[in-house]
Amino acid sequence: MRHVITLLVENEFGVLARIAGLFSGRGFNIESLGVAETLDPTVSTMTIVTRGDDQIMEQVMKQLNKLVSVIKVVDLMDKDFVEREMVLVKVAANADTRAEILRIAEIFRGKVIDVGSKTYTIEVTGDEKKIDALLALLKPLGIKELVRTGRVAMLRGSKVTTEPGV
Amino acid sequence: MDIRACFEFRISCFELIMKKTGAQIVVESLKKEGVETIFNYPGGAVLPLFDELQGGPFRQILVRHEQAAVHAADGYARATGKVGVALVTSGPGATNTVTGIATAFMDSIPIVVLTGQVPTLLIGNDAFQEVDIIGITRPCTKHNYLVKDVSDLGRIMKEAFYLARSGRPGPILVDLPKDVLVNSADFKYPEKVSIRGYQPTYDGHPGQVQRAVKVIMKSKRPVLYAGGGIISSNASKELTLLAERLGIPVTTTLMGLGGFPGDHPLFLGMLGMHGTYHANMAVMESDLLIAVGARFDDRVTGRIESFAPQAKIIHIDIDPTSISKSVKVDLPIVGDCKRVLGKILSLLEEEEIGTFKDGLHRWCQQIEKWKGLYNMEYHQEGKIKPQFVIERICDLTKGEAIITTEVGQNQMWTAQYYRFVKPRTLLTSGGLGTMGYGFPAAIGAQAAFPNRLVIDIAGDGSFQMNSQELATAVQYQLPVKVAILNNGYLGMIRQWQEFFYEKRYTSSCLEGACPDFVKLAEAYGAVGLKVTEPGEVVPALKKAFSISRPVIIDFVVDSEENVYPMVPAGEPLNQMRLV
Ligand SMILES: Cc1ncc(C[n+]2csc(CCOP(=O)(O)OP(=O)(O)O)c2C)c(N)n1
Ligand SMILES: [Mg+2]
Repeated sequence: MRHVITLLVENEFGVLARIAGLFSGRGFNIESLGVAETLDPTVSTMTIVTRGDDQIMEQVMKQLNKLVSVIKVVDLMDKDFVEREMVLVKVAANADTRAEILRIAEIFRGKVIDVGSKTYTIEVTGDEKKIDALLALLKPLGIKELVRTGRVAMLRGSKVTTEPGV
Repeated sequence: MDIRACFEFRISCFELIMKKTGAQIVVESLKKEGVETIFNYPGGAVLPLFDELQGGPFRQILVRHEQAAVHAADGYARATGKVGVALVTSGPGATNTVTGIATAFMDSIPIVVLTGQVPTLLIGNDAFQEVDIIGITRPCTKHNYLVKDVSDLGRIMKEAFYLARSGRPGPILVDLPKDVLVNSADFKYPEKVSIRGYQPTYDGHPGQVQRAVKVIMKSKRPVLYAGGGIISSNASKELTLLAERLGIPVTTTLMGLGGFPGDHPLFLGMLGMHGTYHANMAVMESDLLIAVGARFDDRVTGRIESFAPQAKIIHIDIDPTSISKSVKVDLPIVGDCKRVLGKILSLLEEEEIGTFKDGLHRWCQQIEKWKGLYNMEYHQEGKIKPQFVIERICDLTKGEAIITTEVGQNQMWTAQYYRFVKPRTLLTSGGLGTMGYGFPAAIGAQAAFPNRLVIDIAGDGSFQMNSQELATAVQYQLPVKVAILNNGYLGMIRQWQEFFYEKRYTSSCLEGACPDFVKLAEAYGAVGLKVTEPGEVVPALKKAFSISRPVIIDFVVDSEENVYPMVPAGEPLNQMRLV
């Protein structure tokens, strides 16, 4: 099963390597990973999307917790949360397809952020399904390049990750 | 001098006193941690630190290879329970420590390894003798530090020792760039450690402990299965009390040997691939397995799907990741073995123990029956049998010497035939199975206990992996005894080739190319004895034990003797080869 995990880690050098090394060394898989500093500059947050059955996920969570640089680990799967990802897509554009591309971008509340003589670059934000749907529509028109940020996620409501009990 | 200048002068004097160089900070930290012995090997990047150690309070033992420095620190730690310390230079000095660090990591041994590093400005430049030892050792240390600023050094040293010995112990590496050793900072050794991402659980969850007692009292065929955690948490007294109070038989892993008295009527011996027949049968037929400080290693469980099929499992361990990693556990208790067992003992005060014990009568009879069916045996006829040598060592030392082993048949026979009666008397590389571990580990243990008898029970192959340490033993007058079970083979490899590769002995025969171990000993200024007849074994051992210098005893043993019982890798635990 797919799991989205939020980690609070010490904002120090080498932490990303510790986490990536743990996943590769133990054969856990990473679908996407995002890191950034939090409001507290000594802490970074990571969002990891991974897959595994219950036994594997139990190990993933325990092994992450065991790292000295990891302050907290939360598996969002059994919680109510929102997730987003941003994608930049460069699509081939010609007289026949320009209008179509613009229409698709609009439907997905996307923006054209760069225009070339033969391309449009579109920015779209959303959850995994939305992005996948967008890409499926653009693909026949000719996607030249594609960059995704990886998932970020957050609990719904007033709860925050740093709270005890979360 | 006017008053003001005078005042400033005094302030700067004060500062001089408070400010210390990185090298001085390391030395002060080691003093504060109560370090007595440092196993080391110098090099350019750490010379500022070596210079500062000069004339200090530490006993410094110069090894002959950095791997041995780490094994010696590890042996020191296993024998004493204190943190062992090794100090080496950057680059090749650091990479040479990796096997030692991984060995300590797999067996949860508290050591601190200090490595030199090129100056911070050169890091990343492929400077002379630069290596990313932090990257290399990340997966085989409990934690590691690259010190980038001398003002962090005191805190990092404090954390290093704290992390090494607390929770599930393990190796910590601190990488010290040369400029950090030379630069100065204000120094005050922290009183306390606070690491927000590290809070080990020592007390078991009270509800879980209560449930465990209930489950135990309902069992009819229980077995206590104890591992190295019993030794590292100093819980052998509690384990013994629990076993005796309830009359539950005890088996231990290789790492747990000595954690329960080997001569105790409730002791089943070791379990697993080379465990006793009755220990393995008891585990397979049990209805309750109480795992304490053990981790269900594949050498213990055999084929995992068929392991202890009828048993409920209670698992007490300080490391949550050990629980339900390979075997699904019914009742996990995260905590320190000593404390949790203590809690169980106190809860048992309220239980009706008499009827429980009576109920185990048939179970104990069954185990006795298995024991009668097959107990480890060998026949001393013809050439010296390796098992015979180990039994004689055991008799002569009353099971109380500090024994280290190498890896292979020598290690398994030692586990089977030496009756360990006290914790911290068997030092062996269990998890990593590192050949070459035993001799330097013995040196470390001997450095900690100069007056105890320390014996490395060695293989002819393994001993050659760190035999250069004879020079260390001689130089520091560490009277370690090395009993080489010389079978002319990488015996355990030959055994596998005999069983599973139709006796094709590829690259496992050492015969004809072994050095003359007597001459080798003498070349280093140690004593060498050679024994070829069974009748000479005891006199030679007595002689060796009476010599207050390092001694090698070369026992020429039967070359094709095998270790039995044996559960072939991946087979169920009750599928034992007995002959
Ligand atoms: C560093 C290392 N390399 C290889 C092995 C694989 N190995 C396990 S046992 C063994 C043979 C050991 O031979 P010896 O020391 O003579 O012991 P014996 O089995 O003959 O008692 C080998 C090569 C190992 N455990 N460690
Ligand atoms: Mg051999």
